[in-house]
Amino acid sequence: MTVVGIRCKDGVVLGVEKLISSKMLLEGSNRRIHAVDRHAGMAMAGLASDGRQIVTKARGEASNYRSFYGEEVPIGELCDRVAHYAHLCTLYWWLRPFGSSAILGGYDRDGPQLYMIEPSGVAYRYFGAAVGKGRQAAKTEIEKLNLTDMTCRQGVIAVAKIIYGVHDEAKDKAFELEMSWICDESNREHQRVPADLLAEAKQAAKEAQEEDMDAD
Amino acid sequence: MEPMASQWTEAPHSMGTTIMAVEYDGGVILGADSRTTTGVYVANRASDKITQLTDNVYLCRSGSAADSQVVSDYVRYFLNQHTIQLGRPSTVKTAGTLVKELSYQNKSFLETGLIVAGWDKYDGGSVYGIPLGGTMLRLPFATGGSGSSYLYGFLDQAWKPDMTHEEAEKLVVKSIALAIARDGASGGVVRTVTVNEQGVERKFHAGDKLPLFYEEIAPRPSPLRAH
Repeated sequence: MTVVGIRCKDGVVLGVEKLISSKMLLEGSNRRIHAVDRHAGMAMAGLASDGRQIVTKARGEASNYRSFYGEEVPIGELCDRVAHYAHLCTLYWWLRPFGSSAILGGYDRDGPQLYMIEPSGVAYRYFGAAVGKGRQAAKTEIEKLNLTDMTCRQGVIAVAKIIYGVHDEAKDKAFELEMSWICDESNREHQRVPADLLAEAKQAAKEAQEEDMDAD
Repeated sequence: MEPMASQWTEAPHSMGTTIMAVEYDGGVILGADSRTTTGVYVANRASDKITQLTDNVYLCRSGSAADSQVVSDYVRYFLNQHTIQLGRPSTVKTAGTLVKELSYQNKSFLETGLIVAGWDKYDGGSVYGIPLGGTMLRLPFATGGSGSSYLYGFLDQAWKPDMTHEEAEKLVVKSIALAIARDGASGGVVRTVTVNEQGVERKFHAGDKLPLFYEEIAPRPSPLRAH
């Protein structure tokens, strides 16, 4: 399972390659991308239940900040708090570190930002980040992108192509593409990528895959 | 004689007060009188009721001097920590929210009306009125204290939006002077503080230089002045 996040010039795009473990699963269930506050969202890689715990913590911190200071939490501050908590779980023998990394994307008054928080408690700010099985290939692809000039609309297509690209047809089963964005077009609100754009992205990604296969 | 003396010396310090803050094109101006009383005795005729919370946010205090000082001390402390953690100056809204939380959550203990005003890069100049109950309201201009009662009608007529700095300052000084003329619990000098993108400017308007109004007598050299 791979999670990808990129920061475009007008927002952040998050994408998850969600492996479908059983044909009995309802489409759209087992969500991996969660809204943390109106202006921030988080995508989890690794143990899903650990990921949910981190999201719950992040939601609490964001809500707390809003009550105390009367404003939406700056994304950097939110990242610090989540990282602090992840680190806390490495300090005591009765706690185990979280089994998932979190990619946090948000849009505050200082613009769109992307952070990744690892189980060790370390957190950095990124232009593009990837976690999970296909992260090496994904990172290579992200580096090729010109993110400073890319809008989120284009970014959604790019992320879809990357995820389809890193998906291992041979070893892994079918997968579902889950994507979200937060950008000027979404009125700076974290939301799932609209159905029509998602369909367009999937189509473009499939075509890109076929092109690659045909090339010799 | 004893009871009278204790009335003067033991009554709690109250700032009868007139305070106000006005938003203008580019910043805010805070203004206040300078009279602090204990009962009927003027404990301080030149007090400073405009307190700094951060580099870019100031607070006008009225009501109980002790209560308003304690609230401002707490908020200054929180904002200081917040600024360090955030890595940038706090916003005026945050300062107002902290003042509001303290006022509201401790409403049964406190008796202080406050006006938070300042400048930040997101919202420009902002004024937040936080009266006795702990409500917070962003306003283009706010007044407070016992002297403010005499200003409602005047400001209804005299205030207009998008004033220049000079117009706003004239309005503040004239308003406080009017209130001082009518309110026994307000007096002394008029202090103003201007906060904008460039920084902060404090001004002092001497009591005897204030404009005079209906039936007021011009000040004359004091016979007490020794030569």
